[in-house]
Amino acid sequence: MSFHIGLGQGLKAAAVAVAFGGALLSQAHAGPTLDAIQQRGVIKVGVGTSPGFFAPDSAGKWQGFFVDFGRALAVTVFNDPNKVEFTSSSPQQRLPALQAGEFDILLSGVTQTITRAFKLGFHFGPVLFYDGQGLLVNKSLGVEKAADLDGATIGVQSGTTGELNIADFFRKTGKKYTPVVIEDSKEFVAALESGRVDALTQDSSDLAIRRSLLAKPDDFIVLPERLSKEPLVPAVRAGDDRWLEIVNWTIYATIQAEEFGITQGNVDEFLKSEDPAIKRFLGVDTSLGEAIGLDPKFAYNIIKAVGNYGEIFDRNIGLKTPVGFERGYNELWTKGGLIYSPPFR
Amino acid sequence: MSALRAPSVLDRSPFLKATIGSRGNIAISLTVLALAAVSLPPILRWLLLDAVWVGTAETCKTSSGACWAFIGEKLKFITLGFYPQDLEFRAYGAIGLLLGLVATSASPRCWGRGLVIAWIVGLLGAIWLLGGGGPLSVVPTEKWGGLPVTLLLSFGSFILAFPLAIVLALARRSKLGGIRLYAVTLIEVVRGVPFIAILYASTLLFPLMLPAGAAIDKFARAGFALSIFVAAYLAEIVRAGLQAVPKGQSEAAASLGLTHWQTLRLVVLPQALKQVIAPIVNLAVGIFQDTTLVAIIGMFDLLNAARAAATDQLWLGFYAEAYVFAAIVYFVFCFAAARYSLWLERHLRSP
Repeated sequence: MSFHIGLGQGLKAAAVAVAFGGALLSQAHAGPTLDAIQQRGVIKVGVGTSPGFFAPDSAGKWQGFFVDFGRALAVTVFNDPNKVEFTSSSPQQRLPALQAGEFDILLSGVTQTITRAFKLGFHFGPVLFYDGQGLLVNKSLGVEKAADLDGATIGVQSGTTGELNIADFFRKTGKKYTPVVIEDSKEFVAALESGRVDALTQDSSDLAIRRSLLAKPDDFIVLPERLSKEPLVPAVRAGDDRWLEIVNWTIYATIQAEEFGITQGNVDEFLKSEDPAIKRFLGVDTSLGEAIGLDPKFAYNIIKAVGNYGEIFDRNIGLKTPVGFERGYNELWTKGGLIYSPPFR
Repeated sequence: MSALRAPSVLDRSPFLKATIGSRGNIAISLTVLALAAVSLPPILRWLLLDAVWVGTAETCKTSSGACWAFIGEKLKFITLGFYPQDLEFRAYGAIGLLLGLVATSASPRCWGRGLVIAWIVGLLGAIWLLGGGGPLSVVPTEKWGGLPVTLLLSFGSFILAFPLAIVLALARRSKLGGIRLYAVTLIEVVRGVPFIAILYASTLLFPLMLPAGAAIDKFARAGFALSIFVAAYLAEIVRAGLQAVPKGQSEAAASLGLTHWQTLRLVVLPQALKQVIAPIVNLAVGIFQDTTLVAIIGMFDLLNAARAAATDQLWLGFYAEAYVFAAIVYFVFCFAAARYSLWLERHLRSP
């Protein structure tokens, strides 16, 4: 049982030193969070527990979509995907825990909202996963989009915002529906399987997991529309801009790699590419890395260790996994999705 | 003259008398049998007959029975949580140490000052084995999990709570109003608040009161919160025991020239505690199960590790098996404690 009292003064002093020195010295100076990470030699990441997104395997090692981005961060900072520690945190306590300094970053599926930005003093990184309320329906209904569900019976779980969102949606479209409020989580799925309701509504990532647990998952489909916006983002404490930028550009690197078509498997071949943008990106041309004070090959290292955004997605929650999630909004902007990286230059 | 009725089989067997001794009893017996006939076959089919004992998640999905192969695969994770598996022997050592202490404490012959010292040394030893330090590599408490956490939290909090509970119980009987008021307030406030609220306060509010950057380990915070919770309940049990000791005992001790504290330590407390062993074991069983609530603050005790095991993509959704397994482990511990308490009551009945 360790006590770390007295660290605060040191951190404050470091922050002051950075504030004064930052303008004069080169970019290499870190803020309080990054300082603490470098001193500790490991990044502390808060996660949740949900299949595909973050779950322990049989050896007690964390696996999942968000977990892989935690490893990517460790590559950027330490060039070692294992210098990261994941701690599970319940939804009620994860934000206070981040505030109290228990984590350097939350990769636990936090939804970005204006209240959280202004009132709680957090900064958010790029959207890792566009979630939103969806509809899980029986394929035999022949329904292809939510608007087809005229007169349907829809199961909603009590005590969720899903109840209000679905009401809004049908009021807006002018179609009719019958809500069935279901308390119990198990009964929620059973109602769909038994045909008591035509569809279930809930966050679509949650629906995908529930679908995978059905006896015949292939008979059911999560409709493409989203009735609410739930952008899941990494969250950090305010006050360390450089740490936030490292988070941002680590994630952008996985996205940009996918856009370039660079994968874990072919990244070495791309080292020979003559495209100046790719040369800059992979650090063959070292000028970019030198200018920003990171290892010029940080993007190469990330792709080599965890793969690009699409690979991380497919490996953990994609269609070939039990969770079976379509890319949908989480497809690259070049393919009609919302996943977009600013330029690396 | 109606002859004395020959003693029937029913008189000789209390079991038969209870089951078929009267019409009412026969009706009850038949109902119970009918219920068992309806409910047992599907349960047994799921638990044993259709169950998959070895194989992968794929083999399990083809069967309608329980997937015990899942427990086989996840046994280590459920037992140890995120504890580094290459250091597992240290976690097993801690489990062995704690269970050994309990086994030793079970025998009244071992009760004494030595046992108190053994517990303090044993608990510190278990913490050292788990956490490391010195020659052992350090394992932060966030990585502790499974059975060692459940045992350490429940036993550790009990040991920490015991002295505090005795002080609180004595303070509540004190003639000094200030001390009494303090004890009554603490006991009643803690008993009036659910354990979850105390846990939340310890993990969410307490760190905000500390100076920025300072942190006290989450495990320690949860342990202290649990100790205070246990102490409040235990204090009331001890107070009941104190009240059951006749006043003549302390008067006799005083007339022998014992001081107030000697009277307390040598005469009153031993008798008081002996009276309340059964309720103390009862409380211990309750606290052992209450430790599962630490899951809400993100700690992986046995139950939470079992639940998390079922979120693995490769073994997705075997929640029923995970919970049944955890239930069996908890049952074994609690049932043993209950039987022990019964035995102890009989053993100590002699004055």
